[in-house]
Order: sequence, then C-alpha cells, then structure tokens
Amino acid sequence: MPKINLDVPAVAVREVRLNTITGFQGTAGELVTAARCGGMPDRSRSFSQCLGCGTAQAACMVTLVQDGAVISHGPVGCSSCLHEFAFTYRVNAPQRGVEKPTQRKIYSTNLNEEDTVFGGNQKLEETIRTVYDRDRPKAIFIITTCASGIIGDDVEGVASDVESEIGIPVVAIFCEGFRSKVWTSGFDAGYHGVARKLLKPPTERRKIINVINFWGSDVFTKWFRRFGYEANFITPYATVDSLAHASEAVASVQACATLGSYLSSALEQEFGVKAIRNAAPHGIPATDRWLRELGELLEQPEVAERIIEEERAEFLPQIEALRAKLTGKTAYVTAGAGHGHSLLAVLSELGMRAQGAGIFHHDPINDNEFEESDALAHFVRDYGDVPNYNVCNKQEFELVNMLNRIQPDILFARHGGMTLWGAKLGIPSLLIGDEHFSMGYEGLVKYGERIVETLENDEFVTNLKAHAINPYTKWWLEQPTFTFLETAS
Amino acid sequence: MSGLIEQERYTCAIGALQSVVAIPRATPILHSGPGCGSMIAGFYERSTGYAGGSTSPCTNFSETEVVFGGVDRLRSIIANTYKILDTDLQVVLTGCTSDIVGDDVGSVVGEFIEQGKPLVFVETAGFKHNNFVAHSNVVNAIIDQYVDLYVDDHLPRSNRRLVNVFASVPYQDPFWKGNLQEYKRLLTALGFEVNVLFGPKSAGIAEWRSIPAANFNILVSPWYGLPIVEHLEQQYGQPFVQFAHVPIGANETTRFLEAVTAFALEQGAPIDEQQVKAYIAKSEYAYYEEIDNLATFLLEFRYGLPQHVHILHDAGYVVGLSKFLLHEVGIIPKEQFIVDNTPDEFQDAIRANLAATSDKREIPVTFDPDAGAAQNVIRNLDDTKRGRGLIIGSGWDKELAKEKDFDFLSASVPSPYRLVLTTNYAGYSGGLRVIEDIYDVVLSTYA
Repeated sequence: MPKINLDVPAVAVREVRLNTITGFQGTAGELVTAARCGGMPDRSRSFSQCLGCGTAQAACMVTLVQDGAVISHGPVGCSSCLHEFAFTYRVNAPQRGVEKPTQRKIYSTNLNEEDTVFGGNQKLEETIRTVYDRDRPKAIFIITTCASGIIGDDVEGVASDVESEIGIPVVAIFCEGFRSKVWTSGFDAGYHGVARKLLKPPTERRKIINVINFWGSDVFTKWFRRFGYEANFITPYATVDSLAHASEAVASVQACATLGSYLSSALEQEFGVKAIRNAAPHGIPATDRWLRELGELLEQPEVAERIIEEERAEFLPQIEALRAKLTGKTAYVTAGAGHGHSLLAVLSELGMRAQGAGIFHHDPINDNEFEESDALAHFVRDYGDVPNYNVCNKQEFELVNMLNRIQPDILFARHGGMTLWGAKLGIPSLLIGDEHFSMGYEGLVKYGERIVETLENDEFVTNLKAHAINPYTKWWLEQPTFTFLETAS
Repeated sequence: MSGLIEQERYTCAIGALQSVVAIPRATPILHSGPGCGSMIAGFYERSTGYAGGSTSPCTNFSETEVVFGGVDRLRSIIANTYKILDTDLQVVLTGCTSDIVGDDVGSVVGEFIEQGKPLVFVETAGFKHNNFVAHSNVVNAIIDQYVDLYVDDHLPRSNRRLVNVFASVPYQDPFWKGNLQEYKRLLTALGFEVNVLFGPKSAGIAEWRSIPAANFNILVSPWYGLPIVEHLEQQYGQPFVQFAHVPIGANETTRFLEAVTAFALEQGAPIDEQQVKAYIAKSEYAYYEEIDNLATFLLEFRYGLPQHVHILHDAGYVVGLSKFLLHEVGIIPKEQFIVDNTPDEFQDAIRANLAATSDKREIPVTFDPDAGAAQNVIRNLDDTKRGRGLIIGSGWDKELAKEKDFDFLSASVPSPYRLVLTTNYAGYSGGLRVIEDIYDVVLSTYA
C-alpha cells in the first residue's frame, strides 16, 4: 500500500503519521538513538505559551502561488497574519524573476455565530463564486480553521461541487489549528491539496529539478546548470501551470526536510520524480553528500566532483580564515527541526561549539522513510553530540531560562520573536530569514562573515540588556529549565 | 454585514487581547487554539508589549481539549502563570474552540479570584464579534470583575477634576499611544486629571482602580467604545460626552476641547473657562504659525501635489481626516470607505457628520468591511480629471496606489510598510504630523 494516499481529502497530522514529538530534554545523540529505536514518547507541559498553527503554514505555501487565490474558511481572525505573505511576495519577487508581482488575493468567509449553528457551507460556496468572479484566479485554495472544523462543514464537498461548476481547481486544505501540536503539519496539509488537485501526470521528462522551498535566494541554478538542468521552484512563486508540470522533473530537492519531504515523497510515489534523500547542503559533509547524490541521480558524478573541487579551491581558504576567528565561540540555536539542524551544522563547521538547541519539534523519520534524510543523525556523526538539546515547541519561557543559564556567545534563531530574548540578555543574536543563505561552501563564507559581524557589533545588545524589561519572575529564572515538562506518559 | 471579507482591516474578537497587552504590566491568558495568538501578533506586528506575543500564556487547544474539554489544562496554565510571569493583572480570553465545546471557564477563573488573584475572564470567540466590539467587552469585564472590587476606595464621582478617556482601540489604531498621550496632555493643560488607562501614559492597574472616581467620561469615537461609557453611566452614574471623530488639526481639536469644557462645567468640574480659552488661543496661534509658513508651498509647489484623497479606515478616522484635509490642507475628499464593520444603527449619524464637513460638496461614503470591494471601486474610477490622487489606508492599499499612480500614506492596520511608535494624529500637533507624513511621501517621489 502506498505511503501517501492522495485519494483522501486530508493528510494525517505528523504526530500520527511520523510519531513527531514536541517535548524532549537530553542530548542530540540521545534523541537520534531514541528515534531509531522507536521509543520516543512525547512529553507535554503544564505551562505553555502561544504557539502557531497549521492554517498559517498551509497559507504560507499557497498564498505565494502566482495566479491563485486563498479563502480562509473561518472567522476573520483566522487569516489575520496572511497580509505578511502578501508583503513577502512583493518584496522577494525580484529574487525569483517575477518583475510585476500581482496583488495577493486573500479572503475570509468571515464566519459568525449564526454560521456556527447552521453551518457555513453556503457561505463558503458563495465566497468561492465571488472570488472566481472578482479575480479569475487559476486555482482557489480553501484553508480550514478550528471553527469550520468543529462545526463540521463539508468543505471537500462544497469545493468539489463548485469546482465542476467554475472549471478551475478548488483545493480544500484541512489544517485546523487544534488538530496538531506540530504546526508544520500545516505544510503537509497544503502540499496534500496541491498534490491531489494540481499535480498532473507527466507527458515527458524535462530537464528541471523541483526545489521545494520558501522564498529564499536562488543558490540552486548555478549548481543545476552545471548538470544541464534548471530549477523549478515550488510552491512560492510557482504558477498553477508550473505546479502541474512538477511531475515532469527528474528530481526534487528541498530547503529542509521538515518542509519538503511530504511533497517530494508524493512526487516520487505518484510520478517517479526522485527525491534527493540526503539532508540539505549545510556544512561541508552535507554539501558533499548532497552534491554527490545529485550527481549520481543525474548520472553525472564527475560534474558533482568537479563542483566540489572548484568550490573547495575557491572557498576553503576563506572558511579557514573564519574558523580562526570563530573557533571556541559558543552558540545556542533555536529553530524548527530541519533548519535548526542546518544551523547547528553551519556553526560547527565554522569551529564554534553548540552549547544547546531549542528545536520546535522532532520527526523521528520523514515521509520518505530514508535514514539519509535525518539531518540530526548526520550532524551527530559529522560533528559530535549537542548537550542541552531541547525539543521546545517554541516555548519562550524555557528559552529565556536556558539562555540565561548558559549565556552563549551568540544566539542563532530562525523564527520571529526569539532573538529578542538573546538581545535582552546581552547575547548577540542573529536571524537570517533566507534559508538558502548558508548553503554550500560559499554559504559557509557568507554566513560566517555575518557571525563575525554580529559578534563584533554588540553595542546594541549591550545597551538593550542594561535597560531590558523582563516579565519573567526571578523565581522562574532560577528553576531548572524543564520544571514544567511533564514526565512521559 | 456578514459576507466575505477580502483584505481584512480588523480582526476577530480575540484580537482584543491587545487591549490587555496595552495595560502596563498586564497579561492576556488565551484559552484558545494554538494559532490565535500568533495570528493577532502577525496582524498588528511589533505589538508584543510587556507580555503579549509569544510571552502570553495559552492553553493551545488540541484534539484532547476539543473532545474532553479544556478546563483542567486552563487551571494548570493559570496556576503556573503566577509562578512564571510577574504581572499585575491577568485576563483570560477564550477562542472559538473553547466557546464551541462549552468550557465552563468562569468557574475555573472563580477559583483563582477566591484566592484574591487579579484575574478577569471574557468570552472572545472569533465568530461572535470583531475586535472593535470585543474591546468594549474586555474593558467592561475588567471594570466588573476587577475595578469594582475597589470601589469603596474610589467612590463614584468623588474626584470632580478626574476624567476617563476612551478613544483609540489599542493597536487597532496605529497611533493609539500617541493619541492617548496627546489627549492627556491637552486635557491636563485645561486643568483636568486624566485617566487614559492604556499605554505608557497610564499608571496601570492603580489608574484602572480609580475609574469610578472620575466625574465623567470622554468618548472619542463614532461607535466603538460606546458600550463602555454606557456601562459606566449605569454602574457609577458617570455621564459621558462623545466626540464622534478623531480630532485632527486645529478646527476639530478646538471643537473637541470646547465640547469637553462645556460638558465639564455642566458637571460642576472645577475648570477655569478663561484658562481654557487662553490655552486654545495659544495652541491655535502656534498651529497657524506653521500653516502660514507652509501655505506658500501648498499653493505654489509647481511639480505636483495631491489634489484629492480616498481614505480606507475606521469611521473615526475617515471623518476626522476628511474634515482636516479639506479645510486645513486643501486636499479634496472624494469617495471614502469605512471598513470597520460599523453597525447599521450608527451609520446615519456618521453620514451626517461627514456631510457636515462642507455645505458645498458631497463626500460619497461606503460602509463595507470587504476592502477588496472598496479597492475595486477605486480601481475602476475615472480619476483622470481629478488631478493627482492620494490614498490613505493600510498596507494592502500600497499596491493599489501604485497601480493608480497615486501617492500613498499608510495610516491604518495592517501596516507592514510603516513603523509607528508614539506618533499622534489627534490634536493640533497631530494635524501637523499628518501634513508632514503626506508631503514626506509626496516629496520622496521626486528624483
């Protein structure tokens, strides 16, 4: 039986599908071992702070499809942050060669109390028609919310009915916030919808490689062209048509496995598009593995070797110079699973020492079930163990406690809101939004230079520390970090 | 209005958690799904305050709580909030999940109140209201469940000089901090003691406790916030005076101060009318010194300045800015769009107030929270004979302004293209700031 079932409207959440956890305290090595043995019970917390939910992640993958429109089926609050994706779309468009970025089409069905009693199906139906008439999009994505989920609206049924009437794909995406503690389940939900409704069977094999990613800079084209291939970026800045043809690629790579493995697995299972198994090219060993696998897959291993050789010649001296400056510096990383592992590799490659990490969740295995995709396992083999490895579910109170305790030389963060606490504690803090920035040999140099700058320019954090406002109690800062992490049941 | 909304300009009821964040040293506690807090944080941006954003406690409803109820989890989150966060007031706000499954939040909260905790509970399910409405519910809940406990120390209307000001909805009005500060500064200069309750010029919960002692209340709003002053009238016998739009610039600020003064004198407030007149005269002179100096630029700048304006905002700003721009800047208000979901019963009064702007012209206005529809109206207008246009709206409107080749000023949420810290648009100084902002964007289009 195929692992990915595109016949059903909704994909199971990560807790169910992958045994993903959101609470763990130990070392990175212990976590890798536990995950391999299957013995990794989740731990919950008796205190928690605002998280994030699947609906925003699903939205993030479909709002940036150039010619689509998005309907949030819920109260108006459930689409409140989507304007940020409209901003991103406009700002990053030039990086993807979109010269005239069009206005994002973002709607809410605006469910009210009456709808929770009588149901919101009709409102949804009318909204789909209005959106179609107003914007003539090439596809309409419907993202569900807690309210529409609990009242039991037939979103799939409505979508199918109106789809046959208006003749464009109407994609129901099931991403109610309460369904999963792991907000990245929302990415899978978005991709499930894309895979079900937009991917079309290939009519030919084209010389393209899918890049499943967010909206980072294009570091891939220069590599792919050496093999005679072009990058097909999905899903941000893709078109409904380019998504349909993603099945014609020879391979898929991903910015991080957390993000991309569901869609790359679907592409492989359904259409034979090979997924690159190895984790993303962050740090030298991972970069070499990734390029070599790509070379094997494209049956041009010699090209991969040539790229590695050239990049070593060009960048190793600069990497060595950065190592000389950074060796012995300590760091703490807080990020989602995939990119967090990448950041750990980058800082370790540059000679720094990870004192700990607060990683939002952990997938024991990805949808492709390849152990080669386990970036954390690779990390432990390549660079050694990381103490204070905490699966933290983005809980700020634990982060503040931990940072205050270990006082690293620098904090690396990936998600908004986290650097503030490094800075308030006087710790130079770096967030680079572009997840491709540190890829490859050149990425190590670029990232290393930013680290050196951040460490040098600490006047701002020093001043902020002197005046920082702290809502946390003195009692809490003196407690063990995991006081509120309950024993595994 | 219950139809679809494209490009939302406000959020749902739980967005009123920002009214709690705006109270110094207070924290919201969300009994809601995991994404509600980050949706609100994403809508307003840069809105964390003391303990908002990712600091706010939240039960993060999962399947378990949906099926079995979330009160046990809520109890544990509240209890541990007191250990982890150092706050003066905590307000539990519920989300859709809690309200649909019917959690008895009141009794859990009651357990803590019995222990003497300053804890308040308010239902803010997103499907029930928007945040304009929920703001009043939050304030009234704090009055009933917290402020009223201390009424014996602050007997109703015991301080004839004290007024409570209810004006901007915190964070929903991007200029709320500056505006509240300006109202306080102006009214203090007239001889009042002023509670603004939110933001850096509020003394926090001590100030909230003194609410009953005020002589009367001032509401600066066409409709949102009205349930607060009505409630206080009923609860403590405090009358209120309403000014129905944001007083921007000299004409309206003077009218506002005169209206408040007249009302205060009726209420026996110890306010010296001569002092008020002198202050207004001095303020107007200083204001017109600037306009006088600027007029040559407005009249003579030969490279093009905006001649007409479309505003997409809440009713208080649409009316306040229209009056100001027409009379004090010379920019003609054309089609206006009120996108705050104004309840039907208030729309006639708002239309009348806008119509009173000028007896020479009609200013067409549309009430519709579907701002995407409003944009399409503007998009399809034949503006060719109207000269250069200006759009004042939210970040959503920047792209429209670009399409139309209009100037654009970001002055409503969501506002990703503009940073506002403590700037005010209300008052004499607010009018001057609006002028600076408009011509700053206009002049930046040259070279």
